[in-house]
Formats: sequence, C-alpha cells, structure tokens
Amino acid sequence: MSKLGHLGARLIRGEVGYDFIGKRKIWYGISILITITAIVGLAVRGLNMGIEFEGGAVFTTPKTSVSAGTAERSAEAASGHDAIVQELGTGGLRIQISGVDTAKSDQIKTELAKDLNVPEAKINADLVGPSWGETIANKAWTGLIVFMILVVIYLAIAFEWRMAIAALVALIHDITITVGIYALVGFEVTTGTVIGLLTILGYSLYDTVVVFDSLKEGTKDITKQTRYTYSEIANRSINGTLVRSINTTIVALLPVAGLLFIGGGFLGAGMLNDISLSLFVGLAAGAYSSIFIATPLVADLKERDPQIKALKKRVLAKRAAAAAKGESAEAPEAQGEGDDFDDDPSDDEAAAVVGPRHQPASRNRGRGRPSGKRR
Amino acid sequence: MERENEKVAAPKKGRSHGAQSRPGRTLAFILIAMVALTGGMFLSGHTTPRLGIDLAGGTSITLKAKSEPGQKNAVNQTNMNTAVSIIERRVNGLGVTESEVQTQGSDNIIVNIPKGTNEAQAREQVGTTAQLYFRPVITVAAGAPTPEPSASPSGSDKGKATDKAADKATDGGTGKASSTPTPTPTASQTSQGRAVTDALKADSSPTPSASSSASGKPTPSASSTPDPATAALQKKFTDLDCTDKAARSQVTSGVRPEDTAVACGKNSSGQWEKYILGPAEVNGKDVDKAQATINQQTGAWVVNMDFTGGGSKKFAKITSKLSQQQPPMNQFAIVLDGDVVSAPSVSSTLSGSAEISGSFDQQSAQDLANVLSYGALPLSFQEQSVTTVTAALGGEQLHAGLIAGAIGLLLVVIYLVVYYRGLSLIALASLLVSAVLTYVIMTLLGPAIGFALNLPAVCGAIVAIGITADSFIVFFERIRDEIREGRSLRPSVERAWPRARRTILVSDFVSFLAAAVLFVVTVGKVQGFAFTLGLTTVLDVVVVFLFTKPLMTILARKKFFASGHPWSGLDPKRLGAKPPLRRTRRAPGSSVGPVDTKEA
Repeated sequence: MSKLGHLGARLIRGEVGYDFIGKRKIWYGISILITITAIVGLAVRGLNMGIEFEGGAVFTTPKTSVSAGTAERSAEAASGHDAIVQELGTGGLRIQISGVDTAKSDQIKTELAKDLNVPEAKINADLVGPSWGETIANKAWTGLIVFMILVVIYLAIAFEWRMAIAALVALIHDITITVGIYALVGFEVTTGTVIGLLTILGYSLYDTVVVFDSLKEGTKDITKQTRYTYSEIANRSINGTLVRSINTTIVALLPVAGLLFIGGGFLGAGMLNDISLSLFVGLAAGAYSSIFIATPLVADLKERDPQIKALKKRVLAKRAAAAAKGESAEAPEAQGEGDDFDDDPSDDEAAAVVGPRHQPASRNRGRGRPSGKRR
Repeated sequence: MERENEKVAAPKKGRSHGAQSRPGRTLAFILIAMVALTGGMFLSGHTTPRLGIDLAGGTSITLKAKSEPGQKNAVNQTNMNTAVSIIERRVNGLGVTESEVQTQGSDNIIVNIPKGTNEAQAREQVGTTAQLYFRPVITVAAGAPTPEPSASPSGSDKGKATDKAADKATDGGTGKASSTPTPTPTASQTSQGRAVTDALKADSSPTPSASSSASGKPTPSASSTPDPATAALQKKFTDLDCTDKAARSQVTSGVRPEDTAVACGKNSSGQWEKYILGPAEVNGKDVDKAQATINQQTGAWVVNMDFTGGGSKKFAKITSKLSQQQPPMNQFAIVLDGDVVSAPSVSSTLSGSAEISGSFDQQSAQDLANVLSYGALPLSFQEQSVTTVTAALGGEQLHAGLIAGAIGLLLVVIYLVVYYRGLSLIALASLLVSAVLTYVIMTLLGPAIGFALNLPAVCGAIVAIGITADSFIVFFERIRDEIREGRSLRPSVERAWPRARRTILVSDFVSFLAAAVLFVVTVGKVQGFAFTLGLTTVLDVVVVFLFTKPLMTILARKKFFASGHPWSGLDPKRLGAKPPLRRTRRAPGSSVGPVDTKEA
C-alpha cells in the first residue's frame, strides 16, 4: 500500500509521472490499430447472434431420464451452437438451439433421439422466433441515440464541448473494441452480452467524467499563469488521478475477472462467459481510454483554441528567456514542479536546483505553503 | 501560522450542511432506514429477490392463434409479431419482470413467466384479446330468456317498463347507484322488441322519431314488417341466454365492428343483461392510455381512458348524438372482447377521456387498464398448454457464478485492506450498507412491481460494486491529497469532501442519465437493465452522502485515524506528506528522509 501511496504522493506533486500527452501519438496509434482489428474482425467473422435475436429451433422431448446438463452437451455437440435446455413440468425437456434451419433441425432431431434414448417421432421440432424482437431492438437503438445526444449536451454544459466530443470518441472506441473482440473470440451474443455492453456504456462515460472533472479543476485559471501549457497541466491532472484510476479499475475488474476466469474458465459456466467477457474487455477499455485517449484528445483540441495557443506562446517565450538567463535547469523539470499558478520566481529557484528523486529540505519550502488554489 | 489559516478556511470551504454538522444524526437516519426496510422485507414474507426465468425457471404458456371466420389469412407473420410485442408489453410493462415472449412455429406464441408470478393473472393478461369498442345501445333486457312470454301489457305499462329497465341499466352501467338489485321486469319484452326494430330502422336514417317511438308508442308498421336481418338479430336477441357461457361466446364470435351486434354484460349487482348494440363508433385504437383509479364519488375502482386526438373527436361526436336521445338509447356500451363491461348513459357531450365502471376490484381494474394501454391483439388466442419449466441456466452454472463472484469480492476486500488499511473499514462498511440496501430494495420490488433478477442483472450489480467503490476511492484520495499537503485529518476531510462530492455527483449524474433515458425510451430487457442501473446509482449517492461521509467525519475525531496511525491508512509519512513548515526547516532529514529510504 505504502509504496503505491507514496507513489501517489509523488505523482500528484509531479515528481514522477508518465508523459501521457507527449506520447499520445503512440497511444492513438495503438488504439487505432486495435480498433481496426476489431472492425476487421467484426466484418470478417461477424457476430454470432444468439437465439434471443435470431430465433432458432425448439425441440420438445417426451419424458426422459437424461439430465438437462447431459442433454445440453449432446444438443450442442449435434448442432455446434449454444443450447438452452429446460425441464418441463411433464418430465420432458425443451431444448432451444439457435441458428438452425429446417434441414439441420431434422438431423439434430435424429441425434437427439439417439442421445436421449427416446423415439424420434416423439420429439417435437418447431422453429421459434426471437424473444428479443425487432421492437425491443429498435427501441434500444432509439434510446441509445437519445442518450448520446443528451450526454453530449450535458457534458458540453457541465464541462465544455471539447470534452463532450472526446468523451464520445472514447465511448465509441470502447464499444467498438468490445464488440470486435467479441466477434474475434466467437462467443454467442446473448441478451447478457447486450446488457454487458450497456453497462460498459455507462461505466466508460462515468470513468471519463471522473478524469475530466480533475482536468477541469486543474485548468481552471490556466490563462492567468504563464508557467505551464494546457497539455502540461492536463498531463499532471492525469497523473494526479492515476492512483484513483488504478484503484477503481482494479476494484471493478477483480470481481468480473473472477467471473470470467474462475467461473467461466474453470467451472465452465457458459452463460457467464458471454456476460463477463464483454464486461471485462469493456471495463478495461473504458479505464484505458479515459486516460490515454480522451484526455490527450481534449488537450489536442484545446491547443487549437486561440487563447490556449497564446498561452503556449507566452509560456515558451518565458522559458526561452529563462534559459537564456542561464537558469537552464528549470525548463524541463518545471513541468513537474509547483502546484500553484502564481508566478513567484523565488519558488522556482529553490525547486530548480533539485532533481526529482531525492528531496532535500529546500524543496519543501515552496511546498509547505498552502494556497487555496492548489489542485 | 499558516496551518491556522487553513483551519479557519476549512469550514468556509466545506460549506457545512446537515450531513457534515451532525454526522451522528445522519448515520442514525440511514441505519434506521436500513433496519426499517429490512424489517419491512421480513414482514412482507419475501426474503429473497425474485429470480428471472434463467435462474429460477417458471411457467411456460403456449397460445395458439384462432383463425376467426371471415378473416382468412389473419394468422400471418406480421400479426404474430405484433401480438408478440403487445403480449410482451402486457406481461413486462416496466421491463423488470423478466418474462419472455416468442413465436413458435407459424401460429403459436410461447410466454415464459418467472416463478413467483401470479400465474392466473398472467394467463388472464396474455389471453385477453382486448378488442375494445364503444357502441351505442339500442336496447337492453334481462340476461336470461323469458321463461313465459308475458301478457301484452298496456301502453302506459310499456312505457314505464322500458323506462325502468333503462334506468336500471344506466345505474348498472355507471355503477353509481347502490340501490338494492331488483329483478328486472320481464314484461317489457315485446315492447322492447318493437323498439329495437324501430331503432334499427332509425339507425340507418336517424330521425328524432326513433327516440319517441322507443319511449312507448310503437308504430304498428315497424313491428309488422321487419326486414330479414333485423328479424334474425331480434331472434338471436330473444333467444340469447347470457347465463350460458357457450351461448355468450357463440353470439359474440365473428361480429364485425361495423355491424349491429347482440352482446351480454353484467350490471353492478352481478346480474346478466343483454343488449342490442349499434355499430362501433370508437375503438381501442383511439385510446391513448388507460389507468386504474378510484372514482371519487362512489369510491369504487374504475378504469380511466384518455383518448387520442382523433379518438377524442369521435367520442365527442357520439356522445353529443346520444345525449339528445331518450333512454335506453342515450347509453353507449363499452364492449371488450364481445362483452359489455359497462353501459353508462350520456347526458352531455363528452370528450378527452372516458371511464369504465363495473364490478372492479383494484386488481381487475389495474389488469384491464394495463391491457387497454397496450392495445388489442390482432388475433385472438387460445391457451394450448401451461407447463412449468426449469431454469434455463443449469444449477451448476449459477453455483459456479456464485463461487466466482465470491472469490472476486474477496480479492476486492483484500486489495482494499492492503491498500487503504484502516480506511478500508469505512469502504467495506459502506459497501456492506450499499449491498444490504440493494438486496432489500430488490427483494421488496419483487412483489411490488414484479421486479425479477436475471443473470445479467446480477453481473451488472457486481460491476456496480466498482462504481460504488469508486466514490469512496475518489473521496479517500482527496483526503490523502489534503494530508499530503500537510494538513491534519479533520480539516482534510472537510476540505476534501466538497471536491469529492462534486466529482461523485457529476459522474453519477451521467450514469443516472443513461438509466433514465433508457428506461423511458426502451422496452423489455433493456428497460429492466436501466432500472437496475438507476437503482444502484441512486443508492451509490445515498450511501456516500448519508453513510460514508458522516462515518468519515466521526472517525476523523478518533485518535487512531487523527494521529495517522500506520494502520489507519492515513499516516502522513507513508503518504509522503510534507511535514509542516517549521519542522522541516529544523530537521529535514529525520522527517522526510526515512520515508524515502523505507519506501524506496
């Protein structure tokens, strides 16, 4: 704990930190690559839609001694698709299999009769329609679109339009990756998968908003100072909330990982796999995109704003002047120094002498000063 | 000196509200609420949430579409799909009951309802076709055929009898009168028969004389030369025995809305009455929505219908026409699936909404309102079989899921304890409160609105743990940031809270927005998901505001936390806090150095 806790302290002060914004091109590249893979996977393999969406065949057997579990395995072996087996009040079984047409249904019927040890003529085969019909699907799409419009409006008001756009891009990024991986793995899309995707939709935005909230706070009075550019402050904001992001992601992912790897992998609970895979991938992508995609994107957009551009110019000019004066140590380190925006040169001198790792007393001089503006 | 400044500043920044100033009360409040809810749960007798069909199984109803005479090819794909979506909405109006509806073969519909649902009610709901028509009443008579034709009564008697019958029907229809039921006089049969003939004639070319003849001065010509269709109808009417179920269904089958019809209905005292009704003027499609309410005057349950724009106009037209007429022709009958549910009389032009009264109790009124809201089925269905089904997910799967979930939760607990040490107690207690509240509320919602928990919802609840825990993590990290600035714990908590609060509210609002939009716009399982998401989000805010924050405020006064005990999770040294200015100057090495060496 304490190591991470201490790291947290240093991250917040900017003594250590990863240059998320500076290296954004690399991460953009990686994300684009994954997204393309996902889209290709989706295009080539397509989604394996479950019985809830496409319908399929239903077989009703007479009373049989075979257990539902055994019947499920033999039905899956016979059809190559996921099967849902339910025991009926009559003692028979109802077996639903997706993606089956009439010709295949006869073949499955024969095999089922053999496996379940009942006469073939007594198995009743029929086609079933989707329980997740078009009405539900269409309304779900309408709901999604309405939600996205509202959330963009909300974020544009609560934050600003750049953040709204970045959050939307991150959201689409997360959903695309999750759906793509689903297509690549080839799991069947069930209602559980869709619910999982919707959960991610909420979570991805939630996580992005938490990071943006700290970004907004960090850049509140940005034009009133000339020490840091927007990108630098954005980077510090990310690093400052990094511990929170890591902790939250771990806490959210641990139970889902339990479901996916132990429940689905070890104990072989099929349906759990469908849900927890989409959740696992989506949660991980959501946490990743808030930090590596959404915030750098905001910084990119922001740096085009004339005000911020002017700020950057001023900051660079000031740094150049300082460098010319011979205080060369300050510029590169300055990024990590000082929490407040007030332009107090005395602070800088004290801090500038020291390297970031070992901190002698002098460095604390500037630090111990509370000022309401601080982070 | 500077630290003192902070202390002064802290309360101002903290913008103390009730939650902060009286943490003990707030805590007591939420704990009492929790105990009350839990108590309520035990009192209600439902101690486990209702489980969806995938986890607990349920009942499967198979319906077969009936092909109606004169409506060939009605059983087609389009109509079946429409029927599926209407039935789906009827059994799953709020999207939380986890019922499933699908077609099977070409003319069957399977409805799966989870265990614990009121089966009889569900069967009633899915089987009702809900064809609703408003038809003008032409004549009314007692339900059973008269055993012996009465001696022809005198003219004045006729008039009286008709009036009486009409009055009675009016009373029965509106359900407003609580007079003791008197057997309807059967003497009026002949006179009414004539009146019908007249009325039918009048119907094709409406003249005011129709009403006057109905009031007791039958013109001989009208009764002597009835046209064949009218005669057939009248014979049907005379022979109809409303107490016989088979006769009832026989007389109503295959009747087209544009025809004159014979129908049965019960009056408020439970007596059968039979009617001859004119062509339908307004139908179920004109109803925008329906809801069950209590009539303020009578205290009885009624179903209130709001019309659509077009429906409202049509309804105004028919009521203005009817209000001009004499009884019983000033009545209109509300006919549902062939039966007259009520036949109120009209005294003025009405529009906008209508009320169905009858012998409803709360349940039947709500059921009817529900059925009417979602419209009529394009086909009528016959129940073919009802059978129980076991869980779609095998018991082993559920078992595996529970084990895996438990392991995952254990890992979360271990992680929190290792990382946050003493603080994890607050986090875990908050998670526990949140879990108890979620469980109890979900359990209570089972009987209340039919809420059922399916596997995806369980997984969603597990993810909700992450979102709930995030609120604590945001708060704790803020506190630790403040401590790193060199503040002591109590001001740190008060300074950290407003900022953490804003973050929590802003981000939870996004989740809640998602839930609200999806709940309003979508149907079926997506709606059910939205409900769960909204519930957990609201609970997150409730728990953080009413439990975590007050608990933190109280514990911040305790020495264990306030002094920054190494196991409190708030040890300034371990957090790498800058010690206060004065100490730093004098002994830099002793306060900062060891931290570095220890941790590096």
